[in-house]
Amino acid sequence: MLELKSLDVGYGKAQVLRNFSLDVRAGEILCLLGRNGAGKTTTMKAIMGLLPLMSGQVVLDGQILSEMAPHKVPGAGIGYVPQGRRLFSELTVAQNLEIGLMVKGSGAVVLDGVLELFPRLRERWSQRAQTLSGGEQQMLATARALCLEPSVLLLDEPTEGLQPSMIEAIRQVITVMRARGVAILLVEQRVDAVLSVADRVAFIENGRNLETVSADVIRADHSIVERYVGV
Amino acid sequence: MEFGPYLMLASLEGAVTAAVLALTAVGLSLVFGVMRVVNVAHGEFFMLGAVLAWWIAGLVGGNPAIGFALAIVFVPLLVGAVAVLVDVTILKRIDYDPERTIVATIGILYIIQQVTLMTYGPEARPVEAPFNTRLALPWFEFSDGRPQMYWPWGLSTTSYKLGVIGAAVAVLIGVWVLMARTKIGLVMRATQLDREMALAFGIPVEKVYALVFGLGAGLAALAAVLIVPIQQAHYLMGHDPLLLSFIVVIIGGLGSLPGTVLAAVLIGLSDGVISVFFSPTLAKILATLLVALVLVFRPQGLFGARRA
Repeated sequence: MLELKSLDVGYGKAQVLRNFSLDVRAGEILCLLGRNGAGKTTTMKAIMGLLPLMSGQVVLDGQILSEMAPHKVPGAGIGYVPQGRRLFSELTVAQNLEIGLMVKGSGAVVLDGVLELFPRLRERWSQRAQTLSGGEQQMLATARALCLEPSVLLLDEPTEGLQPSMIEAIRQVITVMRARGVAILLVEQRVDAVLSVADRVAFIENGRNLETVSADVIRADHSIVERYVGV
Repeated sequence: MEFGPYLMLASLEGAVTAAVLALTAVGLSLVFGVMRVVNVAHGEFFMLGAVLAWWIAGLVGGNPAIGFALAIVFVPLLVGAVAVLVDVTILKRIDYDPERTIVATIGILYIIQQVTLMTYGPEARPVEAPFNTRLALPWFEFSDGRPQMYWPWGLSTTSYKLGVIGAAVAVLIGVWVLMARTKIGLVMRATQLDREMALAFGIPVEKVYALVFGLGAGLAALAAVLIVPIQQAHYLMGHDPLLLSFIVVIIGGLGSLPGTVLAAVLIGLSDGVISVFFSPTLAKILATLLVALVLVFRPQGLFGARRA
């Protein structure tokens, strides 16, 4: 579904990703694991077209995303939940979601579907995003991405700084989206938070691919994780 | 004349200054807020507005109101189009880099100024006001313990000056409605808050930038069309509005529209009052001193949010 073909990406002259490839299939959760600074967030930004590629291609269902203008990428069906939420802080919950809806010109039906997953947001409807709790902000960031009816969902450390009940809520929503056939790319530092829902795990180090394994393998033998991301 | 009527006259003059200043400064503030561009050429868009108003008003004969009406509709659009062109051909090419945009807009300032000098010339030329009735103003005095109304000699204003104030208020309300109630306003605010996330949610940031730059210049041009029947068009008239706009935007808080309007009223009114009772130079000195105080004690401005 979503394919990254040997990406070279960097900030100015500092190259971060080197010949990095990845593919995420429809209806699966692929977890991208790596240490701090390994290039996880860079991968997300490269998919969104927010960083220029030095070489390589990002392809979604035959459409070459990396040749599109950055603001056209979300319209192709990619919902992005960035690290640190990055909500439009001074806008209300309603306005944040409206911006998500505007991507594809979706209407009330889509919005109702999203709010069914996050009923709490309805109660906070006209509150400014910056006044929400951390968990509610994460819900809003996820809901905003779901408003564009994505076929691919990118989540960058969605469980960071959240209490266990919130992590569970986010996990459930991700599982629902997988059941609907959405391809999900999940970036994490702490594998335990998401291992229970992941289908495959890809390891990244210094911007290069390490192995990609089935999540069952890791659940059976945790030592692989220690080897690649252990301290 | 007694003190009271004198103060009223000074405040009215100040209110006209404030109205025009508020429009110009809101344009500057909008451009800085959304695009993070310090537009040094803003005063030249103002000047261009005045000069083009003279040109358009001269194209049609007959009642001066016709020429003025054409100017007020077409001049902001024309100047806005020039600004969009500047944005697309220059600012976009240098990636809106903060330092380079300052240097680039200084260059644009001189280009617009010199082209105007070469075509329009060095003369100051007036535009006739569409309506200009002298309105005598009443004042009250107490005689026999009862307030009585009378018309002091010299206490008057013109219907046009009141019209300028009214038009500025209407346009400012329009800008507020645009920003707070419309989809395009929502898109502009989202771009202002987080440019990268705006892109990640399908907002064509480059188009928004071009639009905002055009809108900012259009507001300056509109202010100039309003003031040109009072002040005359001249190719160097852009300096004062630029300086005062910067003062207002700094005092009000960079990028805060309510703060900008409030600061414009404050600076405009005090400029009017101090100019009448003391001297215009003292008014400028005090305004600059106020900027210094604001920068020392409240660097984010009266209404600006502190940036992390």
